[in-house]
Amino acid sequence: MLAIFDYKAGNQTSVRRALDHLGIPNEITNDPGKLANSSGIIFPGVGAAGQAMDELLSEGLDKVIKDLIAKKKPVLGICVGCQILLDYSEENDTKALEVIPGECRLFNPSWVDYENVTIRVPHMGWNQVELTQECELFGGIEPDADFYFVHSYFPAPKEEFVIGTTRYGIDFCSIHGRKGLWAVQFHPEKSGRPGLQLLKNFYSYCKEASDAE
Amino acid sequence: MLSKRVIPCLDVRNGRLTKGIKFKDNIDIGDPVETAKRYYEDGADEIVFYDITASHEARGIFLGVVEKVASQIFIPFSVGGGINTVNDMRDVLVAGAEKVSVNSGAVKNPDIISEGAARFGSQCVVLGMDVKQVKKSKNIPSGFEIVIHGGRKHMGIDALEWAKTGEALGAGEICLNSIDADGTKDGYHLELTRLVAEAVTIPVIASGGAGSPQHMVDAVTKGRAAAALIASIVHYGEYTISDLKRHMANAGVQTRSIW
Repeated sequence: MLAIFDYKAGNQTSVRRALDHLGIPNEITNDPGKLANSSGIIFPGVGAAGQAMDELLSEGLDKVIKDLIAKKKPVLGICVGCQILLDYSEENDTKALEVIPGECRLFNPSWVDYENVTIRVPHMGWNQVELTQECELFGGIEPDADFYFVHSYFPAPKEEFVIGTTRYGIDFCSIHGRKGLWAVQFHPEKSGRPGLQLLKNFYSYCKEASDAE
Repeated sequence: MLSKRVIPCLDVRNGRLTKGIKFKDNIDIGDPVETAKRYYEDGADEIVFYDITASHEARGIFLGVVEKVASQIFIPFSVGGGINTVNDMRDVLVAGAEKVSVNSGAVKNPDIISEGAARFGSQCVVLGMDVKQVKKSKNIPSGFEIVIHGGRKHMGIDALEWAKTGEALGAGEICLNSIDADGTKDGYHLELTRLVAEAVTIPVIASGGAGSPQHMVDAVTKGRAAAALIASIVHYGEYTISDLKRHMANAGVQTRSIW
């Protein structure tokens, strides 16, 4: 079973619909026991980093998720869930979870994109991900597949944690982490077939990891 | 590179897909859920649903359609029509839409934009604008005026100013519909599209007038739009979404090619 981490700032239901469609057993929960018994956790998030951290801190859920990550529970962070795994976000001047070294920065609307015009903020729409490291999540996905993004802040982790980048004015990091702890800035649950494939790949990894235990 | 989006717009009336001609004589043209699924599978980048029913009872039917769509298509979709309060916004987002479009509700009460953005995030709030070209005047210096009720009521608001106000209040995107071009199939209003797209930094969706794939290319190049909204050119089978995207890609426009 995949647990969808429930902390009132997530797009839990969109993720659940996608998993249901794929036939992947799942449960929206923040119960520490259920999270610990799951084979992996999806850590979603929409809205602002400050509010997301407030929700986590007020319920003590920051410790719950950090503890599970420390115990090598597979985790997939999505969007704001991806951003707040870093140390800090410029959005609302937020101290974040400090799981992956780095910070989250605001796009600068004076940056120039490929058509020689300045970028629009938020970065909204379909864009591609270029892998800089091999990543299990991308098995069976065409290299020039697009994923759906909607965000104004982008992750800027320490270089060794960058797994893939996306071109939007700059080459920003759109997937970071390490094996078993992945954070994607785009929304796989809204990225059509390639996104669904990524969720399937995450589930396969989780199943194998829990079977190996 | 960010892809230019192709967005079919579905008008829903009493739970059925409809196509109104000049806002009257609505014709039933199918099931909205099945149609949305077909467009999703054919490469639509996003879908817009418009509730054009007025009655309270039909609202429940419409929200049921939104829920069904959300469990079957895995691309973003937005919902508009009849959004007058923050609670109306919440209802469609809870039903599974990513974005909610406010139009005349925002003209009457601009605070709905800022309240919606504060509560759900700017990325959820699309400002829909219906615009008519008028003589330039002191009140309407751009020569483009905001209208409501399908163009029947002029609001005395300059469209360019309204776009900037909407952005400042927290709208995350603008869906810009030219009432003059709407239904003509002669192409988008490129002058209007470019004027607004260059005045704001949020993405602008061009709407009204699409009759050929070249019109869509023009909207995202000459018009500087981030996306092109389409309706009748796909609803009646004249083109498929994949035809349109292939044409755009051949014309050098960055589009999403794998789905």
